[in-house]
Amino acid sequence: MNAIETHHLTKRFGGFTAVDDLTFSVRAGEIFGFLGANGAGKTTAMKMLTGLAAPTSGDATVAGRSIRDHAVSVKKRIGYMSQRFSLYEDLSVRENLRFFGGVYGLDDATLADRIARFETTYHMSGRMHTRVKELPLGIKQNVAFGTALLHQPDIVFLDEPTGGVDPITRRRFWGMLVEEAARGTTLFVTTHYMDEAEYCDRIGMMVDGKLVALDTPARLKQTMGVATMDDVFVKLARGGAA
Amino acid sequence: MNPAIRLGSVSKAFGAVRALDDVSFEVETGRLFGLIGPDGAGKTTLIRIVASLLTADAGTVQVLGNDPAVAYRSIRKRIGYMPGRFSLYPDLSVEENLRFFATVFGTPFATAVERVRDIYAHLEPFRTRRAGALSGGMKQKLALCCALIHEPDLLLLDEPTTGVDAVSRREFWDMLAGYRDRGLTILVSTPYMDEAARCDRIAFIRDGRILAVDSPQTMPLRFPHPLFRVRSADRAALAAALATYPHRHSAYAFGDSTHVADARPGAGPESLLEWLEAAGIPARVEPIAPGLEDVFMELDALWQPV
Repeated sequence: MNAIETHHLTKRFGGFTAVDDLTFSVRAGEIFGFLGANGAGKTTAMKMLTGLAAPTSGDATVAGRSIRDHAVSVKKRIGYMSQRFSLYEDLSVRENLRFFGGVYGLDDATLADRIARFETTYHMSGRMHTRVKELPLGIKQNVAFGTALLHQPDIVFLDEPTGGVDPITRRRFWGMLVEEAARGTTLFVTTHYMDEAEYCDRIGMMVDGKLVALDTPARLKQTMGVATMDDVFVKLARGGAA
Repeated sequence: MNPAIRLGSVSKAFGAVRALDDVSFEVETGRLFGLIGPDGAGKTTLIRIVASLLTADAGTVQVLGNDPAVAYRSIRKRIGYMPGRFSLYPDLSVEENLRFFATVFGTPFATAVERVRDIYAHLEPFRTRRAGALSGGMKQKLALCCALIHEPDLLLLDEPTTGVDAVSRREFWDMLAGYRDRGLTILVSTPYMDEAARCDRIAFIRDGRILAVDSPQTMPLRFPHPLFRVRSADRAALAAALATYPHRHSAYAFGDSTHVADARPGAGPESLLEWLEAAGIPARVEPIAPGLEDVFMELDALWQPV
């Protein structure tokens, strides 16, 4: 089963085509790395897949629903986290969870249960009343991820979740992603760290609005005859084909 | 020659947060010095103190031979500063931004363009575009132009490549190396370990403390353990087997491989190979020289409260 399927997905801004005829699919339970240079169209594509922007033409099915016809219902089935914003810094961990639980329409009993489970999963007992801005960055990230999972979405979109994070915390975070994917959640991740691209099941690479490569990291390296994903990225971004 | 920057036991607190704790190092004139550490390490605070925008609570600061807290007027004319957040005028075009900064520093526009010609060449095709509409990499190149048009002696860059893609990052560092070769002193902060290798000298910083100052070539010699690169098709099984390996000092994922440090000095790969074989995991094990990221994690783990 596929968590995401896009069919000729296109977005134009005036004469500029930001996303150009994108057709690909992401399998359920997959960690899908979405790569591309700045301005390649990643953000615009993500905005369409998360129901925040309407396509100019084409369509996509996310969690079994068309983003064109059912954008609201798509939003209920997905989670989103980014390094820059996804929590309220002045609210406590618990208040953030209650807020987002409310946004997703969880009833009190369900929410209490999920918050209790969150507390154990992320070892947060004793920190639930701490304001988010007082948490160390690594913990803040776990909280952001746990919050994105609160309504048990099918797919979580992670937009540069580890930017600026120290190397040990980055690795722990990826360990957590691998565990979550093993439970069946689909993870759609963008990153500028090419070692992290190696941890993805498959990689889609955008250049100038088009998807120019889609494969496992191992096969991309093999096909292109290079040793690292960094080399794959540079070669593709500079106009080579996979 | 006097160092361009000299910091002696500099500390700075914001309320209960100790942003900088007893920081000392020197940046020699004409060098590219990297301040390497994650968000929240104190990089921005340190750069702002050097730039005369903050004052230290304790310790001594010398920038281009003077104390920036006293001689800030003269120092500001001689430094170029590129803050972490994009701080140009998003509603002005590329060219208008450059004209504005040229005027502020009393430089004719033609002279300004001439001084940053190499970088401006990348921007010229977009010179009428609003700065806010540029891609991340282009914004950083424009900000670099604006920080260089008054020909500073010292360039301070706070995380210039955060959120910038791998290709633009390489180009940006090529430009920095070019200015360094022409004699400019550069202090640059970054969370990217791969960028540390492009500096003449680096300081690892974490939680307001300097973990180590060294050249990128000799920094790895500080790694105290035998290190092995392990590759296996079944990564989950490999991780499980390594978790219980009795001689393990540390094991960290590095892309498609895992770096395993042996706790015993002088240990070879044999016992690790045997352990994995007994666990039924086909794996390749090879001794490797530690890299900068290995060292950073090793030093970082030593500092972390248990």
